[in-house]
Amino acid sequence: MLAKFGVFVIPAVLLGIVVFGLAKRINIYDAFLEGAKEGAITTFQIMPAIIAILTAIGMLKASGALAALVQLFEPVCRLIGFPAELTPLAIIRPISGSGSLAVLEQVLGDYGPDSFIGRVASVMQGSTETTFYTIAVYFGAAQITKTRYALPCALSADFAGMILSAAAVRLLM
Amino acid sequence: MMKWVFGGMIILSVVYAFATGNAAEVSNAALNECQNAVQFLLVLLGSMCLWGGFLKIAERSGLTAIIAKILSPFTRLLFPSLKKDSKALTAISMNITANLLGLGNAATPLGISAMKALKEEVPEPQSDTASHSMILFVLLNTASIQLLPTTVATLRLQNGSAVPMDILPAVLLTSFLSLLVALFSALCCKQTLRAKQRFTIREV
Repeated sequence: MLAKFGVFVIPAVLLGIVVFGLAKRINIYDAFLEGAKEGAITTFQIMPAIIAILTAIGMLKASGALAALVQLFEPVCRLIGFPAELTPLAIIRPISGSGSLAVLEQVLGDYGPDSFIGRVASVMQGSTETTFYTIAVYFGAAQITKTRYALPCALSADFAGMILSAAAVRLLM
Repeated sequence: MMKWVFGGMIILSVVYAFATGNAAEVSNAALNECQNAVQFLLVLLGSMCLWGGFLKIAERSGLTAIIAKILSPFTRLLFPSLKKDSKALTAISMNITANLLGLGNAATPLGISAMKALKEEVPEPQSDTASHSMILFVLLNTASIQLLPTTVATLRLQNGSAVPMDILPAVLLTSFLSLLVALFSALCCKQTLRAKQRFTIREV
């Protein structure tokens, strides 16, 4: 039931904005065109940052270095009580959004969505974001290249999320 | 920071590829991925225009100001340096709303306009260095604050889960705690840097 909630959110939001705008006697079409134009300009502004980060991630995947990183971190994960089966997901999650969805799909298929592994994987995917992409896009848009402590803080939160997702499933489910 | 991330990824891929004989794959990836990125940007262009347009309607009708007011106890706590009706605070509120509702496609354009507004707030708008507010705001977005994890629930449903949303309490708890870790570590970094700065000034 709740899983289908998402289907209604977007149309409801769009409807709400249009009705509210008409009620306030706004020229909603003019406003839309102006906002859309700004959106187009912004997209071109973030283009260099997105091309840089997506190309680098693609190379990292193709070279096999990402898979090697996963293997490297497997013993560390086992040490901190994190299921080793989920190391690939934990490493790929902050780097690639579509990549992590593919890994999650595989985990759910292999272990079942209601198994311990399947649940931890779902919680991890649902409670974290694609950190590298978000940082590249947002700072790229503001033309910031010196991001200071943003990445270390974001990654420590991802790391905490990874450990906590296993703990939360043990505790709450 | 980004120069090391970018440089590190390129160097690691190429060196690893040479060592393992994957050079052809890496050169293909470099050439293909930049084209895929443009394709991805075209998809993004569509949603940026759509949500940019609807946001402008919401802005002119005063809807964004109402939402900003509702969220102001929370946003003023996180961004005390921003003025009450500032453009930045309104944009931040809209981005948070979109994130809570799980509208990822809308959250990105809204977040970008918030970043631009935050950049206008700093003393030197031409600077290429992130302000503390910008970092906090990005951390709000790298942590997931979505109320309902609909994408994951859909995947679980497709894989035959009995109750796809039963992960909800665990997801909310994990999201909340990892957001706290992000914000707390950012505050620590800020304090440490400030203390260091004071120390150097005294030395001079």
